[in-house]
Amino acid sequence: MSLELFRTTNIDWLGKKWYFLGFSLIFSVAGVLSMLFWHHVPLGVDFKGGTQIRVAFDQTPNEDHLRQAMDRAGVKDFTIQRVSDPSGHAANKVIISLPEAGDQSHDIGRQSVEGALSANYHDSAFTIEQIEIVGPTAGKQLQKQAALATLYSLIGMLVYLWFRFELIYGVAAVVAVFHDTLITVGAFSLTNQEITLTVIAAILTLIGYSMNDTIVVFDRIRENLALSRKESLHDVVNRSINQTLSRTVISSGLTFLTVLSLYLFGGEVLHGFSFALVVGILIGTYSSIAVAAPMLVAYQDWRAKRGKVAALPAGKRAKA
Amino acid sequence: MGKNLAGKTASIIAVLVVFVYGILYGSNVPKLGSLKSLLADNIRLGLDLKGGTHLVLQVHVDEAVTSATDRDVARLKAAFAAAGIAASVGKTDPAHPETIVVTGIPPAKVSDARTVLEGSDYSIYDTSLLADGTGTLAMKLGAVNDLKARTLDTSMETINERINSLGVSEPVVQKYGLGENQILVELPGISNPAEVEEAIQSTAKLAVYAVVNGPWDNDQAALTALNNVVPPDDVLVHGSATSTGPDQVWLLERASQVEGTDFRDAQPSTDVNGRPNLTFTLTTAAGDRFYKYTSAHSSTSASPGSMAIVLANKVRSVASINSAIRDRGEIEGNFSKQEVDNLSLMLRTGALPASISYTETRTVGPSLGAASIRQGVIAAIAGMLAVMAFMLIYYRGAGINADLALILNLVILLGFMGFSKATLTLPGIAGVILTIGMGVDSNVLIFERIREELRAGKTAAAAVQQGFAHAWVTIVDTHVTTIVSAAILFLFGTGPVKGFAVTLTFGLLANLFTAVFVSRVIFDRILETKERGAALSI
Repeated sequence: MSLELFRTTNIDWLGKKWYFLGFSLIFSVAGVLSMLFWHHVPLGVDFKGGTQIRVAFDQTPNEDHLRQAMDRAGVKDFTIQRVSDPSGHAANKVIISLPEAGDQSHDIGRQSVEGALSANYHDSAFTIEQIEIVGPTAGKQLQKQAALATLYSLIGMLVYLWFRFELIYGVAAVVAVFHDTLITVGAFSLTNQEITLTVIAAILTLIGYSMNDTIVVFDRIRENLALSRKESLHDVVNRSINQTLSRTVISSGLTFLTVLSLYLFGGEVLHGFSFALVVGILIGTYSSIAVAAPMLVAYQDWRAKRGKVAALPAGKRAKA
Repeated sequence: MGKNLAGKTASIIAVLVVFVYGILYGSNVPKLGSLKSLLADNIRLGLDLKGGTHLVLQVHVDEAVTSATDRDVARLKAAFAAAGIAASVGKTDPAHPETIVVTGIPPAKVSDARTVLEGSDYSIYDTSLLADGTGTLAMKLGAVNDLKARTLDTSMETINERINSLGVSEPVVQKYGLGENQILVELPGISNPAEVEEAIQSTAKLAVYAVVNGPWDNDQAALTALNNVVPPDDVLVHGSATSTGPDQVWLLERASQVEGTDFRDAQPSTDVNGRPNLTFTLTTAAGDRFYKYTSAHSSTSASPGSMAIVLANKVRSVASINSAIRDRGEIEGNFSKQEVDNLSLMLRTGALPASISYTETRTVGPSLGAASIRQGVIAAIAGMLAVMAFMLIYYRGAGINADLALILNLVILLGFMGFSKATLTLPGIAGVILTIGMGVDSNVLIFERIREELRAGKTAAAAVQQGFAHAWVTIVDTHVTTIVSAAILFLFGTGPVKGFAVTLTFGLLANLFTAVFVSRVIFDRILETKERGAALSI
């Protein structure tokens, strides 16, 4: 006999929407509070400019000695951070950061840190593994690029969904995506991880993924609406979610497996990127059921209250 | 049945062979070698995996405009003087370096002045001269843009030559950004930015200026000596007369006598005392101008003067003009041999027409790059094994179907990379991993639908047909949205992010083929061997 996790489920998803709303609110508000008052939005060197140097030591570095080495050489405003990496490979590495110094003195930060370490840190030998220096001009440019990419992505998706479905489907999907992005960025704020260009790429990817997931549910809703004109939208949506539940959980589970593998084994450089995907895939799957579908029904109920057409149109081009 | 399964199977095998070839050899001729060496040669690695330096340079093209108008101010003054017209010529607005202002022409001489302004020397300007003896020359917009574009191009060529002297394999020097006069330099294998900056930085703007007054110990002393008035044609510049001397301040003429681009050749040599110095030759036009100046101000003339060599806005050497120099001369000033070698290389390959500053520097050391590759590959293999195992357990026979499609998917993806010579970056490896997850999603969609149809009582063949038909619409929708997302990332992303967009797009395109066509063919072949009404292993 075949293994089936969800043979025929019949859960009233829409009935649980207040629980979902509460759950979403808790995480959204926690994230927003952290962004406003606690860690704020930790921006990587790509956006806030500055110098970031990743140093690997032969033996576990002594942070106090590092600080003293910097102070003695007169290096100011530096921060020293241990590299976080679940696989434990990066135990002997630190990231030394300096704030931005202006386009004219682009290289000064790096030179002063390297000089300070060579001259004053004698606990063990070290190698500079990675250097990132972003001047103010470049920082602003990259911010603009990231913002444009996000904006165009969302507009592109909205247009495509409007084209394939009705506008309300597109709006519901975009609201779900906004919810996902907010919670993911909130997660970065809560865990104080930096948002770099690759993290933005991960966020754009999870926007795409969340859309995908929402589209699968919407496709089924549209198909079912075309088949049965007598059922209420409420029942159709519930049935559609139940029918696609198997696919949703397994598919998301498999994607989550691959992304988890990336997070655990993929190394320190991709750490932020894989964290965004891990959070994003979970939340993206959740939002299709908990945010997009209820929004659709809520909009429909609102229209009904105002005395308009009772049945949600099946959407354009509903071809099987 | 007439489904031509044999033909379809043959085409799938053909695709497999073609793309395996692509992985190993790309579009080149096949050769022998171990798998690892073939892969290493054929798949291009990004800087974050190979190790290297990525620089973004800002070319200050406005300086070229300023220099050009400064020279024309001097030229116009000389022309007016030669025509006996007393006038004051200068630039009054620092925000508009392309505009020259003329005032104080006696009304009687206005028509003579007009004749001068209509000369060919000033054809790139829009000139207007009023009857009251004032006027402006504004460089035409087309000329300004042309000058800026040429400055950017020349800077790129010059930097390219400097980079070649570093002996880097496959360097990249190209225009960058959304039109802000920036240059991208990528040097695989070099992870010490200081080394690169020294080769490039010494291409900073070099010019020779006439010394008006000085030196003083600091700005205060200079201003006191000048009664707090710096004449509009002159400028205070810091530096030192020798490479080891103290920092001092000179008053130099704003317009240069010789620009970096005027040097035709420069060679290191030694003077009579065996100290390193530099011999140079200028272009003929520059030589003529230089001769006029040096003969008027040589040590034997009525007003002896000296010249300052300014590099990157700092005085590097001050030399008295011993005799008139036309186009051959020597620069001496306590240089070390290394400095003279660098200076002459710089002058020989053509100095930059404008100065540059760095806006972005990123380097990755080779050990970090190798570690990233290792970790990325491990993560990919771990992810793939987990997915394949799950599909086998959950979907049994159909799971084999999905796993085969997945392997073919990866082969096509990597083959695409080999054929198109696309660069694999670390996020690119992540894109491969994501493709595994999202690719198998298509299979899950189809299989779940088939199971649904089987539960509703359809036969195996009908269930398969319905499953593929219904799932097709959703598969197209999801793939298109993700590919649109990836396309936007490709347009707006930097190198590593572009790599991610590329592998994700190739992977999804390959998936459209494998999850739909290949899986269907495998199902059809299995159905062919089954009797009517037999159960399907799914």
